[in-house]
Amino acid sequence: MKNAIKVTGLQKSFKNTEVLKGVHFEVRPGEIFALLGSNGAGKTTIVRILATLLKPDGGAAEVGGFDVATQPGKVRHAISLTGQFAAVDEILTGRENLILMAKLRHLDQPRQVADGLLKRFGLTDAADRKPSTYSGGMRRRLDIALSLVGQPQVIFLDEPTTGLDPEARIEVWKIVKELAGSGATVFLTTQYLEEAEQLADRIAILHEGRIIANGTLAELKSLFPQAKVEYVEKQPTLEEIFLAIIGKKEVV
Amino acid sequence: MGEAKTYFFRDMSVMLGRSMRHIFRSMDTMLTVCITPIAMMLLFVYVFGGAIETGTGNYVNYLLPGILLMAIASGVAYVAYRLFIDKQRGIMERFHSMPIARSTVLWGHVLTSVVSNVISIVVIILVALLMGFRSSAGVLSWLAVAGILVLFTLALTWIAAIAGLTGKTMEGASAFSYPLIFLPFISSAFVPTDSMPLIVRVFAENQPVTSIVETIRSLLSNQPVGTEIWVALAWCLGIMLVAYFFAVRAYNRIVA
Ligand SMILES: Nc1ncnc2c1ncn2[C@@H]1O[C@H](COP(=O)(O)OP(=O)(O)O)[C@@H](O)[C@H]1O
Ligand SMILES: [Mg+2]
Repeated sequence: MKNAIKVTGLQKSFKNTEVLKGVHFEVRPGEIFALLGSNGAGKTTIVRILATLLKPDGGAAEVGGFDVATQPGKVRHAISLTGQFAAVDEILTGRENLILMAKLRHLDQPRQVADGLLKRFGLTDAADRKPSTYSGGMRRRLDIALSLVGQPQVIFLDEPTTGLDPEARIEVWKIVKELAGSGATVFLTTQYLEEAEQLADRIAILHEGRIIANGTLAELKSLFPQAKVEYVEKQPTLEEIFLAIIGKKEVV
Repeated sequence: MGEAKTYFFRDMSVMLGRSMRHIFRSMDTMLTVCITPIAMMLLFVYVFGGAIETGTGNYVNYLLPGILLMAIASGVAYVAYRLFIDKQRGIMERFHSMPIARSTVLWGHVLTSVVSNVISIVVIILVALLMGFRSSAGVLSWLAVAGILVLFTLALTWIAAIAGLTGKTMEGASAFSYPLIFLPFISSAFVPTDSMPLIVRVFAENQPVTSIVETIRSLLSNQPVGTEIWVALAWCLGIMLVAYFFAVRAYNRIVA
């Protein structure tokens, strides 16, 4: 499999608003790929299409080597989704939430799988409490743990740190970095340039329905023409690159 | 796709287990479902009962069928609530992105509604027995009563599912149940329809609750049910099929 995700000419409109106007990108197996865009750019829409929750109006998408339109069942075997808001069952305990996922993935030893993940995510002590007693960071950790049940090849994290306090955000960053080590492909969306910089092997910027830049951090930085020569040479931050690219497009 | 089918029963039992846990973890909701109809029953029997002329000796016997329907009408509201929560919290999306038989997400809640309503009906019948309810019905009649009550529960559960799946707010998702709860009042559930003004009476005699109540009442008192049972069954099945159609349509819109 050459690409973990391959998106070509993806289009999607809601009523009169054209959200995706032909999105192209590829994600290689095992990499952390960040889709960067401001609020309302269409990040969640892309994630929902890739997770077989929404049908595109045009274009094609392959995930884990399978077409989302014609082989959604195969795609669902290959992926997991952690949505923008923690989707945990509030009535079940943390452990029961994990066991539920393991059973729905038809795993043989749901309890062992749950125990393993509880330990890995530092939730063993909170395992038998309801998520309503958890802190924001703990909820997000449980939420991500739920997604890792069954070891999916492609992991979607939609704005995993939005709404978290700085400490919890660092925790989630640590988890994401560890995920990459496990060989899984991670597709994350973010509004934070710093987050993309911190985590991603490659970054694509979604703006006004199209990918306006796509590459490694170094490649994106080289897009930025005027490296400022002051007393010391200052590397442009991704934020400056982002603003520069958007600025250019809007001038054209 | 074929694979998801083979997992239907396995996924179904997992989903059912999940929502049954919800029910048993929130016994207060179960109690609420039972307490209002029981309070109504106490009120009607011990406060209004003496003044109501039903033509039967035992007013509890007369009242019980309507009370049971009322309990079901308020009990199904929890389906709307649970589906709304699953939809709003992203739990439905999580399930739908997994390799499961998707329809079990909906059916798990529906079956749980049937089970929980059966439990509250049993509780209410036990209380009625304490209050003097007696029935001469045989096993077959009881089975027929059970069948009608389950059909009625399914019919209202699918209506509740539409509300839960399409509601934009929690209030919107649960508001549908108020008219359902009040339907028994404008029927022969508590008082015979003869004394009602003409317009009210025409409505009361032709709305589903009356035929269902009368059928159950006849079955429980070992009287012939006549054609009323077919009217009752037609109402239950008709409502169930129409509501099922719209609920599945609303569900497929979400699943896309
Ligand atoms: N189901 C929907 N119906 C109508 N409009 C929608 C729907 N989902 C998203 N949108 C619109 O599409 C645009 C992109 O939304 P979204 O993908 O959620 O953006 P992001 O995740 O980048 O913040 C927004 O303008 C949003 O209002
Ligand atoms: Mg979003």
